[in-house]
Amino acid sequence: MNEELIISGRENLMVDPHLHIWHWPIPLYLFLGGLAAGVLFFAALYYLMGKENEYRSAVRRVPFIAPIALVIGLAALFYDLRHKAFFWQLYTTIRIESPMSWGAWTLLVITTASFIWCALHIREFFPNWDWKYNWLKELETFFSKYKKQLAWVMLIFAIITGVYTGILLSAFNARPLWNTSVLGPLFLASGLSAGAAAIVLASKNREERLLFTKIDLIILGVELFLIVHMFMGFLASTQVQIEAAGLFLGGEYTMVFWIFVVVIGIIIPGVLDLMELRGRHIPAIIPGVLVLFGSLMFRFVFVFAGQVSRWLY
Amino acid sequence: MRYAMAVDTKKCVGCSDCVVACQTENNVPIGYCRDWVVEVMDGTYPQLEIELRSERCNHCENAPCVRCCPTGASHIVDGGIVLVTPNKCIGCGACIASCPYDARYPHPKGYVDKCTFCIHRVNQGMKPACVAVCPTKCMYFGDLDDPNSEVSVVLKKRKYKTLIPEAGTKPHLYFLI
Ligand code: SF4
Ligand code: SF4
Repeated sequence: MNEELIISGRENLMVDPHLHIWHWPIPLYLFLGGLAAGVLFFAALYYLMGKENEYRSAVRRVPFIAPIALVIGLAALFYDLRHKAFFWQLYTTIRIESPMSWGAWTLLVITTASFIWCALHIREFFPNWDWKYNWLKELETFFSKYKKQLAWVMLIFAIITGVYTGILLSAFNARPLWNTSVLGPLFLASGLSAGAAAIVLASKNREERLLFTKIDLIILGVELFLIVHMFMGFLASTQVQIEAAGLFLGGEYTMVFWIFVVVIGIIIPGVLDLMELRGRHIPAIIPGVLVLFGSLMFRFVFVFAGQVSRWLY
Repeated sequence: MRYAMAVDTKKCVGCSDCVVACQTENNVPIGYCRDWVVEVMDGTYPQLEIELRSERCNHCENAPCVRCCPTGASHIVDGGIVLVTPNKCIGCGACIASCPYDARYPHPKGYVDKCTFCIHRVNQGMKPACVAVCPTKCMYFGDLDDPNSEVSVVLKKRKYKTLIPEAGTKPHLYFLI
């Protein structure tokens, strides 16, 4: 028998009996950040490929989700800070070792870029839009001229944002479940699939829907592969990581992870995507909503389960 | 200079005086603590072995809490003591999640708080409150770079361990075994 007790009775709020310092705002923010990254990635990619007119929803319309998602995400993040009056300290320094620091700067860039991109396409929704002030008109002309460069910035920063949502967690060696470098690409993939699903949901053009259904299917496959890969890594690693993986392999998070994230969020929409591509008519709303739901659940399960995983004494 | 602490697990009786001393000295808010006592029981009756450890922040040399802090509020000062500047801390909680020892907690005022090795006392030539108050004198504090300091001497004489050295944090809280 080996029993370990804190006999002086430590009950620090949000730390004991196990860490629970990050609540719902963090996974929500990671999801919205990933979704925005996915949406902006495809917008920039297809614009740069010169497919602006073929894939109109992806390039011009769906990106409007991004600034909204980012603003809500940032608000959630801000809400979760406990020393709010000092949040500006984030923007007084860049610390490369701290993912949260460079992530904060990345968010600043991507949010600004997404607002500019939407401003350039505002006439999609309001054909008679008028900027009223001259300097705004000049700004629009300026950015229209450099739209290509803007698309490149968006493309690169969308990838950084997507990866960052995973690295933010994987950088914590104190929480063995998070401490795997697969999390960067895995969260990027999850964000991209959410982005593709949003485009399928919004698009009215059959060709565009089919393309993004195909893309979604491929990314879901990659996600599944990365998840298997992650468990292989855990199980071949040290005892702490074996126990961390155990949270999903019989432990308290097993059901939510496999049912909500893997089956409902990846496998079912994947099969439906496949059926759609084989010519059966599946209402786009079903796989789309399932992918978005799975992506959100993935963040929740990971953020919460990771805080339970710990080093053994 | 490199401050360190050694705790004798054979002398500690688990009275928790160190915890109370710290709470009083540092005005730790009610319901929280910066140090705590762990009891590990091994074996089956009557072959039992008990280890008692007074634990706190390890003032790690390779401190993950300092690395992950986005603002630089968590920092290392001369002597290797890890501190938090309240007015730079945004309360994001990254450092709390990054500490394998769960040595930090969110102060009700919003910033993050933890053991300071009683730097305010140490700078005046005194010992940390927990060390000073221990009735069995089971804790040793001092400068590792000085071969004659209490802590250097006892670490030379005795066998010791650190907690979770495999986490790569290079802790400076030693446990004499
Ligand atoms: S024990 Fe925890 S809080 Fe203290 S320096 Fe090490 S990682 Fe940081
Ligand atoms: S809670 Fe404060 S000290 Fe900790 S990482 Fe965030 S800003 Fe730094």
